[in-house]
Amino acid sequence: MTSDKKSLRDAYGEILVELGSQDRSIVVLDADLSGSTRTSKFAKKYPERFFNMGIAEQDMISTAAGLAAVGKIPFASTFAVFASGRAWDQVRQSVCLSNMNVKIVASHGGITVGEDGPTHQALEDIALMRIMPNMTVIVPADAHETTSAMKTIVKTRGPVYLRTARDKLPVVTDEGFEFDIGKGSVVRDGPDAAIIACGYMVAKSLEAADLLAKDGIMAAVVNMSTIKPLDTGLVAKMAASTGAIVAAEEHSIIGGLGSAVAEAVCEVGPVPVIRVGMKKPVGQSGKPEQLLDHYGMNAISIADAVHKAVSMKKEPVSNAQS
Amino acid sequence: MKRIEDCEELAKIADELRIDILEMLHTAGSGHTGGSLSAIDILTALYFSKMNHKPGMENGAERDRFVLSKGHGAPALYVTLARCGYFDKSELASLRKLGSMLSGHPYSPSTPGVEVTTGSLGQGLSIANGMALGLKLDQSKSVIFCLMGDGETQEGQVWEAAMTSAHYKLDNLVAILDNNGLQIDGFVKDVMGIEPIGDKWRAFGWEVIEIDGHDMSALLGAIDKAVAVKGKPSLIWAHTVKGKGVSFMENKASYHGAAPTAKELEMAKKELNPA
Ligand SMILES: Cc1ncc(C[n+]2csc(CCOP(=O)(O)OP(=O)(O)O)c2C)c(N)n1
Repeated sequence: MTSDKKSLRDAYGEILVELGSQDRSIVVLDADLSGSTRTSKFAKKYPERFFNMGIAEQDMISTAAGLAAVGKIPFASTFAVFASGRAWDQVRQSVCLSNMNVKIVASHGGITVGEDGPTHQALEDIALMRIMPNMTVIVPADAHETTSAMKTIVKTRGPVYLRTARDKLPVVTDEGFEFDIGKGSVVRDGPDAAIIACGYMVAKSLEAADLLAKDGIMAAVVNMSTIKPLDTGLVAKMAASTGAIVAAEEHSIIGGLGSAVAEAVCEVGPVPVIRVGMKKPVGQSGKPEQLLDHYGMNAISIADAVHKAVSMKKEPVSNAQS
Repeated sequence: MKRIEDCEELAKIADELRIDILEMLHTAGSGHTGGSLSAIDILTALYFSKMNHKPGMENGAERDRFVLSKGHGAPALYVTLARCGYFDKSELASLRKLGSMLSGHPYSPSTPGVEVTTGSLGQGLSIANGMALGLKLDQSKSVIFCLMGDGETQEGQVWEAAMTSAHYKLDNLVAILDNNGLQIDGFVKDVMGIEPIGDKWRAFGWEVIEIDGHDMSALLGAIDKAVAVKGKPSLIWAHTVKGKGVSFMENKASYHGAAPTAKELEMAKKELNPA
């Protein structure tokens, strides 16, 4: 990990223009947030292929489905709360049921939206999109991965929900990193526990692993950027090799990555899974880092969760009782 | 498909399709009768006279497209598609049954000729807009037709979409309003009034063409007129009768979602085919 920080939404805006120059079937829709989501770059370069739908997210999603029905590859963008919540039925009925080739790229995921407060902090979007039929759900850890994921999803048919963040995030992958749908990557190895994270929590987990190393616990860190389909093979492998799992995400602990990991672990011979994420029902305004500290989504909270998971590990079964 | 211009012949086809609708719904034992009967003349005019389409052309970019936004009118669409030859008529007997290609509401992956999945009311016009935008980019001559229920226009998304069609000057889009005055809980005017209909759509930037939706020659004329409009979308405001063609079903909310019994089917057939 470098101390470099880069913006995921900038990366999205830039790669969208690049992909748009290669493939004329790419069209982009936004709902009056094109400056924030960075689709404005595409709008400037390819105005005839950019559709501002006004503040009408439901219409935007169904319109995207119609564009896909005539062979276009629509990218629809707005804030994560609105993309996933305001238009949930449209995502289900117009897009996902018939496996339409619509890419929803939502910015401003998670609590680090910050000052805008609870109405704008998407803490349920992963859960809402994960349950959608046919939907692929991706939460890249950094700008490189965002770019690489975009190159991959444009070539893959079917609906995708890709969540970016408002803030610049530390770069945790290499420039040449290649994203693969449904494949997690081990960014740091360790035998004692595995932290499975997505988005900004990958960087926080690497910090946590440093803290843990000082206490003699060598924790692995997995960047699980595809939440659906989940890399259950990797989850099973980490569960078997470490015996203690922590899942960390900038999302409610209900229904997101933590739930997906727990579901998977339960089916392969359970080991402890501790979820790090938003445990309170509703957030509040504040600075992003203050909010992460306040709600327990920082390196210390992750390290604490690892201690707990390690302490819960089953002792090897002894044959004392007969 | 061969285009039929003779209104009497078209009206006869529509009445035969009414019998197909009633038979398939009776066999299924459930489904939407009233709104299928009010819409069948409109579908007949489109599929047998005005739309450029043919089975096997499902993936042809040049075809005109039909979006059944009022998805519960699926029976009307299915009998029409079967008669056009998109699938065998024998399939109609499998409506709503396990393993059938004909689900209760249109599901595009499973039924040849069904362009989009609908059933959650209020989404079809947006989808039709997306198709119209995409086809305009391709400089296609295809026209998109979208059929909505009057009750359906209580959905807010319809008005989002109505704004979009006008904003993007989608003159390759023709919406048709099946204005039968009824929805599930009763008369539209009692449940949630939508008047003044024409003024609303005109205020949203649409060309509005008002007709009797059971008058075949009016339908053909209105479709031609709507397709010819340039620079804005058109709405064919079709006054219809829910349950049209079967006297005891006409204007009755109770036949919205009730399939005919054996006795009702017999009575209806006598009315529709007085041989
Ligand atoms: C979003 C949504 N809400 C409710 C329903 C249930 N529903 C099915 S048909 C219908 C009434 C439709 O009335 P109208 O649009 O006037 O259709 P028609 O009378 O032509 O059958 C309702 C409420 C639905 N299918 N979708």
